[in-house]
Amino acid sequence: MAEAVVTEPYPTVAPAQLAARYGLRAAGERPGIREYIRSLWAYRHFIVAFANARNVATLTTARLGQLWHVLTPLTNAAVYYLIFGVILGTSDRIENFVAYLCCGIFIFGYTSAVASAGTVSITANLNMIRALQFPRASLPLSVTITQLQQLLASMAVLIAIVLVTGEPPRLAWLTLIPLLLLQTVFSGGLAMLLGRLGSKIVDLKQIMPFVLRTWLYGSGVFYSLTTATDNMPTWASTLLHLNPMLVFIELAREALITTTPPSHFSVESMWLVALGWAIVMGALGFFYFWRGEKEYGRG
Amino acid sequence: MAETRIPTVVVDDVHIVYRVHGAAKDNSPLGALRRIASRGPSATVREVHAVKGVSFVAHEGEAVGLIGTNGSGKSTLLRAIAGLLPATKGAVYTKGQPSLLGVNAAMMADLSGERNVVLGCLAMGMPKGEVRTKTQEIIDFSGINERGDFSSLPMRTYSSGMGARLRFSIAAAKKHEVLLIDEALATGDAKFRKRSEDRVRELRAGAGTVFLVSHSLSSVRDTCERTIWLESGVIRMDGPTDEVLAAYEEFSTAK
Repeated sequence: MAEAVVTEPYPTVAPAQLAARYGLRAAGERPGIREYIRSLWAYRHFIVAFANARNVATLTTARLGQLWHVLTPLTNAAVYYLIFGVILGTSDRIENFVAYLCCGIFIFGYTSAVASAGTVSITANLNMIRALQFPRASLPLSVTITQLQQLLASMAVLIAIVLVTGEPPRLAWLTLIPLLLLQTVFSGGLAMLLGRLGSKIVDLKQIMPFVLRTWLYGSGVFYSLTTATDNMPTWASTLLHLNPMLVFIELAREALITTTPPSHFSVESMWLVALGWAIVMGALGFFYFWRGEKEYGRG
Repeated sequence: MAETRIPTVVVDDVHIVYRVHGAAKDNSPLGALRRIASRGPSATVREVHAVKGVSFVAHEGEAVGLIGTNGSGKSTLLRAIAGLLPATKGAVYTKGQPSLLGVNAAMMADLSGERNVVLGCLAMGMPKGEVRTKTQEIIDFSGINERGDFSSLPMRTYSSGMGARLRFSIAAAKKHEVLLIDEALATGDAKFRKRSEDRVRELRAGAGTVFLVSHSLSSVRDTCERTIWLESGVIRMDGPTDEVLAAYEEFSTAK
């Protein structure tokens, strides 16, 4: 520093005092949680635009383009039907197995896609994070919205399947709206939780597929978990039935299919469990993500 | 001394040590196992002491050039000012939220230039209505439509110069209190460079402070009246651009 030419105009004032006098803020300070929520709200247009952009961008090079949003869930349902309905014959005890299966696949697929995209939502957008200042929770949240849009396409397919397989249109279908809302809050919280974890533990991305597959098999997507756990002690069966994905799936089946096999819990208690999961995961994910706000993009 | 000069950036004895992941010398699976088994300090992480005790104050309406040889800590310092890298010791105080404008600013390569403009503006926190009115202005400024309708083509079809011009145009569309520019002006052609230098001047006139990191001494000379010369993470000289550049040129040719 000996050679430095000093142009400092306030040689007598300490830098920290100078900063305080002119109301400068220390760079890299974490905002308060209320301020953070407010800034997220201010960025809502960005969150939605980013979600739309990603939805469009994934399919720009495909020749059938946006049609894949509908074709993907249809193909998915066809594959699982072939294996579990036709070849393995899991469908014996369940009436309207096609609708039963599709409910499971689409509802599970939503949260599962959010979880895997959420895990990389920070690490995949490092360039953006390093270039621009915006509330980072915008990224996992926009991932959730991208998947929600795809779920809505899947839901249109599902409604068509349900009608074709002979279910009558009912008022109960409307319960899908609060259900998907709860599931979205749950998934958003999960995306934020995994977003921060994934930015800290880089190897999580490699582990997630296995976690998600285990979760898939444990959520009664292809079979009735209630029948499968008949011989278990009650506490174990209850524990398995508290699985949030199972609850979301069962509630969707209750809404769409008249011949759903009875579940472990009553419908009312399943709604309570769903509400509980949404609140806990939403709040926990948000709080955990906010705590790390200034860590993202460093190193 | 002019008491009216209002400081916008105060850098107080800043040290930055950053950690580099994936820097293992032995990258084989066996090496990874050995590292886990030996439980020593993770050898995949190495520390780099990039900035060693830098202090200065920048004021409203000032354009400050940052020069120095490669690896002297210029870009690291900019990131610290932008709040993107933590100072290991010391502190950085800024007015408002500084925006770092680098040539690597990410955009979505599969989307059209126009959609990227909208997205970029929203990401900077511009209100929706303003974005709508500014979009065409930004595309015109970047000049990417000079050879046909490029703004509706995906960004992956752009040349690197076109991409950099669009990025600069987006960042420069918003009024920043503190704008940090990392090598961005060097990418465009002569015509665009002239336009962007004018824009930097405008931003400064709007009571902003501009930091410019560049290896192009002529663009530092044209835009900045004050220059800080960093060498190995230490300020070697800080003063009027002409004096600093003269000393720097002497230093570079002497080597």
